[in-house]
Amino acid sequence: MPSKVYARFSVSYMQVLDEDGKVDSKLEPSVSDDELLKLYRVMLTSRRLDERMLKLQRQGRLGTLPVCVGQEAVSAAAALAMAEDDWFVGAYRELAGRVMRGEALVKPMMVYNGMEEGNMTEGMKNVTPVAIILASQIPHAVGIAYAIKIRGEKNAVVSFNGDGSTSEGDWHEALNFAATWQTPNVFVVQNNHWAISTPLSKQMHNRSIAQRGIAYDMESIQVDGNDPLAVYKATKEALDRAKKGEGPTLIEALTYRMLMHTTADDPKKYRKEDEVEEWVKRDPITRFRTYLGNKKLWNAKKDEALEAEIKGEIDAAVKEFESISKVRMDEPFDYIFGEKEEIIEEQRQEFLDDLRKDKEDA
Amino acid sequence: MPKLTMVQAINLALHQEMERDESVLVMGQDVGVNGGVFRVTDGLGDKFGSDRAIDAPLAEGAIIGTAIGMAMNGLKPVAEMQFSGFSYLSIPQLEGNGARMRTRSRGQFTVPMVMRMPYGGGVRALEHHSESKETYYAHTPGMKTVIPSTPKAAYHLLLAAIRDPDPVVFMEPKHSYRAFKEEVDDNGEAWELGKARTVQEGTDLTVISWGAMLHRTEKVVEQLSEDRNASIELIDLQTIYPMDGATIAKSVMKTGRCVIVQEAQKTLGPASEIISIINDKALMYLEAPVKRVTGYDVIMPYFARENQYVPTIGRIKRAIEETLDFE
Ligand SMILES: Cc1ncc(C[n+]2csc(CCOP(=O)(O)OP(=O)(O)O)c2C)c(N)n1
Ligand SMILES: [Mg+2]
Repeated sequence: MPSKVYARFSVSYMQVLDEDGKVDSKLEPSVSDDELLKLYRVMLTSRRLDERMLKLQRQGRLGTLPVCVGQEAVSAAAALAMAEDDWFVGAYRELAGRVMRGEALVKPMMVYNGMEEGNMTEGMKNVTPVAIILASQIPHAVGIAYAIKIRGEKNAVVSFNGDGSTSEGDWHEALNFAATWQTPNVFVVQNNHWAISTPLSKQMHNRSIAQRGIAYDMESIQVDGNDPLAVYKATKEALDRAKKGEGPTLIEALTYRMLMHTTADDPKKYRKEDEVEEWVKRDPITRFRTYLGNKKLWNAKKDEALEAEIKGEIDAAVKEFESISKVRMDEPFDYIFGEKEEIIEEQRQEFLDDLRKDKEDA
Repeated sequence: MPKLTMVQAINLALHQEMERDESVLVMGQDVGVNGGVFRVTDGLGDKFGSDRAIDAPLAEGAIIGTAIGMAMNGLKPVAEMQFSGFSYLSIPQLEGNGARMRTRSRGQFTVPMVMRMPYGGGVRALEHHSESKETYYAHTPGMKTVIPSTPKAAYHLLLAAIRDPDPVVFMEPKHSYRAFKEEVDDNGEAWELGKARTVQEGTDLTVISWGAMLHRTEKVVEQLSEDRNASIELIDLQTIYPMDGATIAKSVMKTGRCVIVQEAQKTLGPASEIISIINDKALMYLEAPVKRVTGYDVIMPYFARENQYVPTIGRIKRAIEETLDFE
């Protein structure tokens, strides 16, 4: 038997809006003006909220937190492409996407102040809580999609994780399941080039993460993740395919973590400022503002008004956050099981007795 | 003798042992260039290069799985899990292979490796960064589980863990990482694993603890010894498995009273095993029921509530007083 080429693959890259905000009209997706303006508003809200939370953290009013500065386009544009009942299964770098889905701005502050109450998602549908164990949420996204598929429902699942997380077994196993079962999944990878101090070059030998999807015979594409229109278009098309029963898609969104990994991290220890400077030029918000201006949808005056409005919203959220003076201490006992268990209630009682005695002794 | 924090003491042990033994290496997430998120491996990359201070891809299962392979082929890897809350992805490898390779191969292949990781509460961190799950690891024969409670103990016990011929899980109480300093004799001496350490001798009551709770308990013991003129024996368990039953039994036979302070949840924590050992070896010497001060059977709450969910000074104090007063 002669040897022969069994198959050849290629990986494509898409950018719709370049660094200067110039649009490729052949690729430009059709999005209503209202939606474009909403996308801008959400990205800016996320940016300003991150900046404020960073300040609060530095003042000791919040604990350790991850910020998403520079990555807003990925989750915001993907969320814009989703229908209200599509599932949003994120990690912890999707603040913008969560805001797009309707998260109250006070919630992340509560979570990062050590309060589980912040995970309550009133007003949002099918949005799972922040997932910290890397890639562990991706198999869930496949299970959720499987349930949709066998019930013949019409929604789909969009999940998010970072570049480093694609090294985890959970990630690969989930993609293989999704491809094998042909579930309605869209896997968005936020490739921000770093996993804490670990650069891509130490994370994998692959030249792209998108090509990993090809290994599972999955529709895969790499997009400019700081280009909201490219992310939107890729997600929309992937969701359309998923909902038609044409299986899952992997979207690698190239972006950059502009700041520290979390507030506990110091990037000076491992990366050069020049690299960061290069990415400042590719900021998703600046680029999108230019695009909106070119479309005559935006100007300096409107921008000023929006900034003021967002500041008002964030001020109100901070005020609400600071008005929460107390938490009910025995609340963790409420959610261990769905039914009352004697061992838990016994320990709750011990806990409350000790809490009282500790207060008396103090 | 230098006064060191626990982070510095562990760092010193790693430096010395990597210098002394070429087969020792460190690996894990962000341990090389960054020196670890807590700076425990600081300077090892500069000194020993990236082959021996490995910034591994992000996969706990493969970090431990490859460490097992390295250990089977002559290296002595010290693998870091960034936080114990992410180490459970290593359990399939440790339980399925690392701990049983010696048995499976009738001693032909052995796994002299260490998995070290910060654990426990008290640093205002995110979810999964505050639990004490030593039971998961202690429940595996063929593998030792060690917890140092002071800088000095961390130095000598880590040297022992690295030199041990079998896999050792080394759990570092991150609350104590920088909480206090202690003089450390950097003489390269390894303390024996499987041995508890008597911190202070006494005749009225035995208190047993480990990890971050040892330091907290020690303060209560000091105060009560003075206020009540009580003679309290304080034992640092140090190795969770194999547990030092002899030291526990000897002490309780002497004092007749015992309190155990454990950060981990109540059900099936090491305290349960200690009580069983007392039951087996020293029951007839008891003058009071053994008391345990523990965490609760809940998912470790985020930090707004966290402090009340690990043993408080008040709870430890009341337990010791009640046990002393029991007639
Ligand atoms: C299973 C697991 N291992 C380790 C960690 C600690 N950790 C938190 S974030 C992070 C890096 C993640 O990098 P990446 O997936 O690229 O996401 P990014 O933070 O860059 O968005 C690590 C190692 C974790 N949360 N979960
Ligand atoms: Mg990353």
